[in-house]
Amino acid sequence: MLYFSKLRIIFITLLSSFFILLASSNLFNFENNFLNKKINLGLDLQGGSYLLLEIDNNPVIEQKLQNLTLTLRNYFKEKNIKLNNIDLSDQTLSFTVKNEDKQKVIEIFKDEKSDINPYYPRFKSHEFNIIDENDILKVSYSKQGMIELKISSQDQALEIVRRRIDEIGTNEPNILKRGNDRILVELPGLDDPMRIKSLLGKTANLTFRFVSNDSEDTFGTERLKYENGIDEENVSKRIVISGDNLLDAQPRMNNQTNETIVSFSLDRVGAKRFGKATSTGIGKQLAIVLDGKIISAPVIRDTIASGSGQISGGFTFQSATDLALLLRSGALPAPLNIIEERTVGPDLGQDSIDAGMIALAIGFLLVIIFIFIKYKIFGLITNVTLIVNLLLLIGVLTIFEATLTLPGIAGIILTVGMAVDANVLIFERIKEELKSEKNNLIAFDSGYVKSRTAILDANITTLLAALILFFMGSGPIKGFSVTLGVGIFTTLFSVYFIARLLTVLYVSKNKEKEGILK
Amino acid sequence: MISFNKYYNRFNILSAFLIATSLFFLIFKGLNFGIDFKGGTLIELRSTDIKINVSSLRDKFNQMDLGDVSVKKFGNDTDFLIKFENKDNKKNIIEEVKNNLDSSFGNSFEFRRVENVGPKVSAELLRSGIIAISVALILMLIYIWIRFEWQFSLGAILALFHDVIVTLGLFSILSLEINLSIIAAVLTIVGYSMNDTVVIFDRVRENLRKYSDIKIFELTNISINETLSRTLITSITTLLALLSIFFFGGEILKGFSLAMIFGVIFGTYSSIYIANTVLVRLNVSQKTILKEDNN
Repeated sequence: MLYFSKLRIIFITLLSSFFILLASSNLFNFENNFLNKKINLGLDLQGGSYLLLEIDNNPVIEQKLQNLTLTLRNYFKEKNIKLNNIDLSDQTLSFTVKNEDKQKVIEIFKDEKSDINPYYPRFKSHEFNIIDENDILKVSYSKQGMIELKISSQDQALEIVRRRIDEIGTNEPNILKRGNDRILVELPGLDDPMRIKSLLGKTANLTFRFVSNDSEDTFGTERLKYENGIDEENVSKRIVISGDNLLDAQPRMNNQTNETIVSFSLDRVGAKRFGKATSTGIGKQLAIVLDGKIISAPVIRDTIASGSGQISGGFTFQSATDLALLLRSGALPAPLNIIEERTVGPDLGQDSIDAGMIALAIGFLLVIIFIFIKYKIFGLITNVTLIVNLLLLIGVLTIFEATLTLPGIAGIILTVGMAVDANVLIFERIKEELKSEKNNLIAFDSGYVKSRTAILDANITTLLAALILFFMGSGPIKGFSVTLGVGIFTTLFSVYFIARLLTVLYVSKNKEKEGILK
Repeated sequence: MISFNKYYNRFNILSAFLIATSLFFLIFKGLNFGIDFKGGTLIELRSTDIKINVSSLRDKFNQMDLGDVSVKKFGNDTDFLIKFENKDNKKNIIEEVKNNLDSSFGNSFEFRRVENVGPKVSAELLRSGIIAISVALILMLIYIWIRFEWQFSLGAILALFHDVIVTLGLFSILSLEINLSIIAAVLTIVGYSMNDTVVIFDRVRENLRKYSDIKIFELTNISINETLSRTLITSITTLLALLSIFFFGGEILKGFSLAMIFGVIFGTYSSIYIANTVLVRLNVSQKTILKEDNN
């Protein structure tokens, strides 16, 4: 156990210096690309916002089933099957058909080549399930169909969320999928997430629809409120143009009225439809509806064929900017709810770093003093090892560009406290060996050998705990598990290579010395 | 040599009492779950106006109709920690609170930290916390079962349960808050307590091989004494590190380091007085380990 070849000594020295150099790169700015790595600070240390968004897929499901109703009605009409008693409730579409047609309808639904019910061969499942309950046929999403729907709306929502956040221009946002109906947003350095929260909270579903009275409209009408929540208007369900037709939107100042407006330009289809609607609808009111609320309903005075126009609605510059941003980035497929929010201000982050560093320094000092008093010269060796260990730990965290959190700093301090354990186990064992063995070298050698299983056991149990935390924990807690886990490896390395090397060097010079370790 | 074994019975009775008390409090009083596990909103405020105190702030928050509200000083005199249940799950609750505070106190607050956890997320966090601790206990059980004979496994696991239950019991008795970092602390305690027990067991097994004529009652005592200075030194250095976090690491880490401090103390105690007494009560002898070695 005690022999070190020259090659090995060189290797250990090089490896340690390499990591120590890496650790120091956190303090300086190196020009070199490779050394220009730094430990990332978690949101709790640098300040920032963590938002967990959940997609509310219910409106999407309702909408899709609504569309399915139309499709089914037309599809079966061609086959001379009439659907009766159509009803949509609890995300289930139910209808009845004549008894002789029932089997045929079910067969069409269960056919693998079905036109109306896509089959996923990979999952051996259709998009929809159909069941016959007391002669009422009930269609609902299958498990796989539901998953496909969620994944697709998650993909779309992620894209829109990314666009909206990019538009605001925060630095290095982190936008990730979680499960199949959640999106995680991390915004470092952001201390007031209110604006982003309000932007993400809007679906931004924009439609232009005529104001009309009940009797004359074939599409039906609905009563919608204005944004002020008081005035109401009857609005046709027919959509003239929607947000999908927008190419661009910008906040502008109207020079004549001195009012802030949002100007927009339309794609070709949109421009054509807008032109037609404005030419046939002169004198009528065109309502601009956002997320079910009327922004304004101006009277059409002229045909607008240019494919551009403007929205006014008593905006401030801020609200016009936000609306333009929402319109540019597009509508979310479904509403998003913020189900978890954690925001740390930059001041608190800095305070936490300061407190963490002070605690680390004091903890480190206390441990070093205690160990030195306890073991004297070998305490010194342990302490040198401990310092190297700490630098190695920081070096490893740096090379992986790991994220350091406040609990992560606690993990480092705890590592300092527990790292001496391995050396203590070895030294205590050596003390026992020295009682019966006069030759220092032999006693040290068997001390190292006999303490090995206990050291391995001790570290494996801590490693198991760290692993569980890593896989089950989130955010700050994950940071703790990383430092604790990495700390175990750097501890073992520094104890078995560095401390042992130093011990060997000392003991081989003092082979005969009595009471070498007390 | 210290005669630890003289007190085996007395400390077993004490431990039984501690566990019973802890369970009693855990069942009837329950744990003081923070917003991570209960849902709700937490706000850390710093005021620039030294005249603002806890009671005026509490009055203001009580007027806001937020459900259950708690207002506490947090560290120094100008920092406050406010928690409320946000019972209607309002979307713009933070904005509302901010406007409310600004209108009554002027712009004298800095929002240092805001945490808002919805009911669905908190239920999930609680579930995954319980799963994490259970998985940790099961993994430790498997590990110790591979490494040692079943008598040793039983001792180690009982010691582990003792530490987790008594630490949580103490949190219940003192009404200390349970949040995500406490779960991390409990898991680390599990690792630490196991570590401590395994080191002593290692020695017990070694001594069982060495001495065939010493009874387990004496043998455990010898083993405890032989490993005692290591047990103490490691506990002391770990406690030094933890105390430093507790006193200097800031308010946020207080609960975490306190749980760990309790855990290290209980862990050290249980390695000696629970893990070893199980070996004594199961009358472990040289035969126990030799049988295993022959297999």
